[in-house]
Amino acid sequence: MLDKIASLVNADAKLIRRGRFVDTTFLVAIDAADTLIRVQEGRITSVTAGPFITPDYSFALRASREVWEKFWQPKPPLGFTDIFALVKQKLMRVEGDLHPFMSNLLYFKDVLAAPRQIKQHEARS
Amino acid sequence: MSPRFEPITGRYLHLELLGKPQRLYVEEAGNGIPLLCLHTAGSDGRQYRGLMNDARITKNFRVIAFDMPWHGKSSPPAGWQDEEYQLSSRHYVDLIVGVADALELDKPVAMGCSIGGRIVLHLACERPERFRALIGLESAAYTAPYYDLSWLNRPDVHGGMVCAGVVSGLIAPTAPSAGRWETLWHYMQSGPGVFKGDLYFYMIDGDIRDRVKQIDIARCPLFLLTGEYDYSCTAEGTLAVAEQTGAQAVIMQGLGHFPMSEDPEKFISYLLPVLEKIKAL
Repeated sequence: MLDKIASLVNADAKLIRRGRFVDTTFLVAIDAADTLIRVQEGRITSVTAGPFITPDYSFALRASREVWEKFWQPKPPLGFTDIFALVKQKLMRVEGDLHPFMSNLLYFKDVLAAPRQIKQHEARS
Repeated sequence: MSPRFEPITGRYLHLELLGKPQRLYVEEAGNGIPLLCLHTAGSDGRQYRGLMNDARITKNFRVIAFDMPWHGKSSPPAGWQDEEYQLSSRHYVDLIVGVADALELDKPVAMGCSIGGRIVLHLACERPERFRALIGLESAAYTAPYYDLSWLNRPDVHGGMVCAGVVSGLIAPTAPSAGRWETLWHYMQSGPGVFKGDLYFYMIDGDIRDRVKQIDIARCPLFLLTGEYDYSCTAEGTLAVAEQTGAQAVIMQGLGHFPMSEDPEKFISYLLPVLEKIKAL
């Protein structure tokens, strides 16, 4: 799912505008599989799959594959609609330097939810 | 589109509350049984405009919403710049009863959402004789903190944007876009530290788990309405209060934590049967 996140985000001019001051690298962990996502001026400029020996990132979001897959359904089930819903249920851990994340929460919530569009596109085509 | 006025009127009420002179903004529409509406943490009375514009409600109910001190168009008390706003259970009860007294409301119905849904449980415990009925929206006895609240008030994070970002997921994904973004706009307009100060009540001081069983719905009927998508005050939390008190509870499909502003039409379809029951009391 993450391999398509750059093209989904970068095709969304309104989302790029919302994140126009974001310049950071964050980590998404699906089970033990880490991916580093680089954001510059609201655009995703690289997506790099691990494993890494010394990953350099500001914040990380870690959850099981099962949780991410539910979160990325086009219509997620109750309790899986939002990152904070997962955090509250202790199904996701957000750690590290949270400043870029909390300062741009509406942006990152939509970036992380972008893969929901993949199955929507597949259903249409 | 021809210009038109809504049937809502707004006035500023001066009164002494919490030991200080206060200037509160109060809106109302309709006639009949007073329905005193309590907004959520870090927002204001505009959340209830859908109700005030619905003749099915205002023909029998005088819908009143006031902005709490520090919120909306109400002023913070003089000297606010040197203190940190923090809402306690004691202050919140005194505030609601103080406004009801100042407006000379005869046995009003109090309806509150989120922190307002929590405080109606406190009112049910402490002041059941003052109210005709209580309606808790998104009401549970306790919600534990699930993020570091200090993010909500620090100079290097935009307070309006972070407050809106924190609550955005509480709105049902099915809510109309205009309702979603108006709800978030209210959060974006909140003063620095106000949402955080309200959450002191919601997540710390207002824990009423040990007193819910004292609520006697024979002294003051209690109705509970909670949106299915609310993960802050959950359906389970509401149903637990219902089980302990005998209150009527309905889990509202397709709604989240801000039913009255995220999707007023859908919310009103759940509220009208409750208001009919209250009319018949």
